[in-house]
Amino acid sequence: MVMMMMMMKMMSGHCDQQRALTCTVKPALYLNMGERPCDAAQSGVCVVDVTLPFGKTADIEEITFQNDYTASVTVRLLRRRPGHEAPAQWCTALRDLSLMDNPHSEGGSQDYYSIHRSQMRAEPDNVASVRLILKQPSSAWLSFSLKNIEMFPHTEPEPEKEVCDWLSDLTLDDHLTQPQDVPDPHTVSSSLQQMWALTEVMQSDQTTASVGRFDVDGCYDVDLISLT
Amino acid sequence: MNEGNDLSLTIARIVQRLKGSHLHSQIERQAKECLHQPEIKLESLKEDVRSFLKTSGWERKLQNAVYRELHVQLPLSHPIAPAEHLKEPLAYMRKAQASWEKRVLKSLNSMSSELGVPLARMRPAAEQKEITNKWNEMGTDEPDLSRFRPVYAPKDFLEVLISLQNPNYDSSEAVSSRSHWGLIHSPLNVRDIPQLRRSFSELNLTTGQLGIDDHAHIHPDLFESDYVQIGKKVVEDQDSAAAQQYSRRGCPTGLRADLWALILNSTNQPQDVMHYEQLKAGVIQHDLLVDKLIYKDVKLTASNDDYYFVFEDFLYQVFLCFSRDTAVLEHFKYNSATPPKAYVQGKVDDEECAVVYPPNGVIPFHGFSMYVAPLCYLYNEPSKLYSVFREMYIRFFFRLHSISSSPSGIVSLCLQFERLIQTHLPQLFYHLRQIGAQPLRIAFKWMVRAFSGYLSTDQLLLLWDRILGYESLEIVAVLAAAVFAFRAENLMEVTSLASAEAVLADLSTLKVIPLIQIFLFATAI
Repeated sequence: MVMMMMMMKMMSGHCDQQRALTCTVKPALYLNMGERPCDAAQSGVCVVDVTLPFGKTADIEEITFQNDYTASVTVRLLRRRPGHEAPAQWCTALRDLSLMDNPHSEGGSQDYYSIHRSQMRAEPDNVASVRLILKQPSSAWLSFSLKNIEMFPHTEPEPEKEVCDWLSDLTLDDHLTQPQDVPDPHTVSSSLQQMWALTEVMQSDQTTASVGRFDVDGCYDVDLISLT
Repeated sequence: MNEGNDLSLTIARIVQRLKGSHLHSQIERQAKECLHQPEIKLESLKEDVRSFLKTSGWERKLQNAVYRELHVQLPLSHPIAPAEHLKEPLAYMRKAQASWEKRVLKSLNSMSSELGVPLARMRPAAEQKEITNKWNEMGTDEPDLSRFRPVYAPKDFLEVLISLQNPNYDSSEAVSSRSHWGLIHSPLNVRDIPQLRRSFSELNLTTGQLGIDDHAHIHPDLFESDYVQIGKKVVEDQDSAAAQQYSRRGCPTGLRADLWALILNSTNQPQDVMHYEQLKAGVIQHDLLVDKLIYKDVKLTASNDDYYFVFEDFLYQVFLCFSRDTAVLEHFKYNSATPPKAYVQGKVDDEECAVVYPPNGVIPFHGFSMYVAPLCYLYNEPSKLYSVFREMYIRFFFRLHSISSSPSGIVSLCLQFERLIQTHLPQLFYHLRQIGAQPLRIAFKWMVRAFSGYLSTDQLLLLWDRILGYESLEIVAVLAAAVFAFRAENLMEVTSLASAEAVLADLSTLKVIPLIQIFLFATAI
């Protein structure tokens, strides 16, 4: 119906249709307390560095990953301003994003997440390296980390095409008075369009309902359930 | 920004699902026909058609259909999450479910080959005629089912749940002594009494309830009459969402059938009756091994029950049709279980010959028929009864026999039950554990059946009112804990598992709503 038609929208494609940035995810470094390695107590903090190839920087659109029992993550960026001699600077882009509502229980522990540039306090442009600081305060888990960390580059949106000057100079001619007994052509054409659209929808009616047959050409002789 | 995207995605999904449905074509037809009416003007076509649909009740039907879709839609999740993650996010639970399924299927395969009975075959013409004639009295049949045994019983499933272990969970002694009290070791997030009080606020001590305030010695003008009036209005308005909210305080007996059908958006239109007839044709044409399992289950459970034996014939009709309903396959998108696959005529290499066995993907277990039995009190027309049961299964009952991390899943319910008793009746828990009577071993069978067959029917229906109203099975875990709390004094005196079972053997005299209310709102915390 008309209502349904109005509600159909095309979804914008997701970032993973783009290619992820090539980067190296360094092995997670768990911070321990205590002097000797054998005495070290787990602090529940771990650092994962994701670096771009040497010398390269990128503008980041989104970082995606799958959680593996991390309770919260902080994102720090190493940004290098282009063309400047000054050394690259670290800044905090996102502090303590909670991944698990309750660090002691399973909620969110294996879910997929993405961090978009709009969630970051600092613009993730000209980034040479990203540092993810993972925290898991609960002692319930043997280990914690993030899996399948990927970063996607930011692309500038296309500038809106400008309408030619002479087109915008055209104005509706309001001076003509409408004859009283003829309906307003604008409303007639819009309602005609709607009726056309209605018939279009009815013709293109593709049902998602299944037919309900469970047999193959009338045959449903089964001897063994497949276990693979 | 994200919420806007999520909303658009949800709307697009629901539109896609409703497009081409019978409701869609009915609304279109109505819209076309209303164009003849004088009050529909060309200038304001859209608004006039819309207001016509509103006044004639079609907009409400659409609202109810959308509301139903919201109940069964996949949870919105990250675009890169694979389909298996939507069924069940935790890898170790997926693995446990897969290996449990494999065990069950192996058992079914070996039963078939040992007994020489094929899993499925076409009935010869004479047999088809016979079953058509006997359709309304299948209970009079006494086939020899002694060689058949149920594929599994709830206690087998309990052992699997007990052995569930998260490989990343530190279960060494030092971590938490609590993890060794109970049988369930999965660290799922379950709600405690303060949180439950907030969610189940309509059950509190100062709010009128059916099951308490409709008692014989309370004057109906104090609560019951007004409440029934409101119920009648809800049924008149035909509003699913209002019916669900209303059901939280119980449904009057005379209105319950209509209210439940409204909540589940279960209509009994000609196309539903036709669908049921199509399923019946499937039963007549093909004979399945699971049919024997169903027969056996009904004979062992419902037929032996004083409250339900009269409905034996109905139960066969509903279950045999249920097994052949491919519409049930849709719910596997959000169920951690997977429908079993088979090949017709043994053509294992030919994907064209791949089918689901049984056609609805659900293998019944011992006690399965008790999910339908109470509904027989509400609906006497088979197609309506069937339609309500199917909707209840794909919304709630499937969670009671599959391994998942859902808050309404059986694992969460078991954990919640144990935690509630550990927290609020620690002495009782300790005592029962000491005598080798872990509470869950007694309560599990109640929860797997949502108490069907253990409570008296009127009390069971009051409980199921709340399951529908709150759209959650947590109330089942709460009731189980409340029963233990109620019988705590007796339980403290027993010295063995057998005597603990005896104390809790007969629940048929219990009044469930007062028990739940006292446990949730009168327990000191």
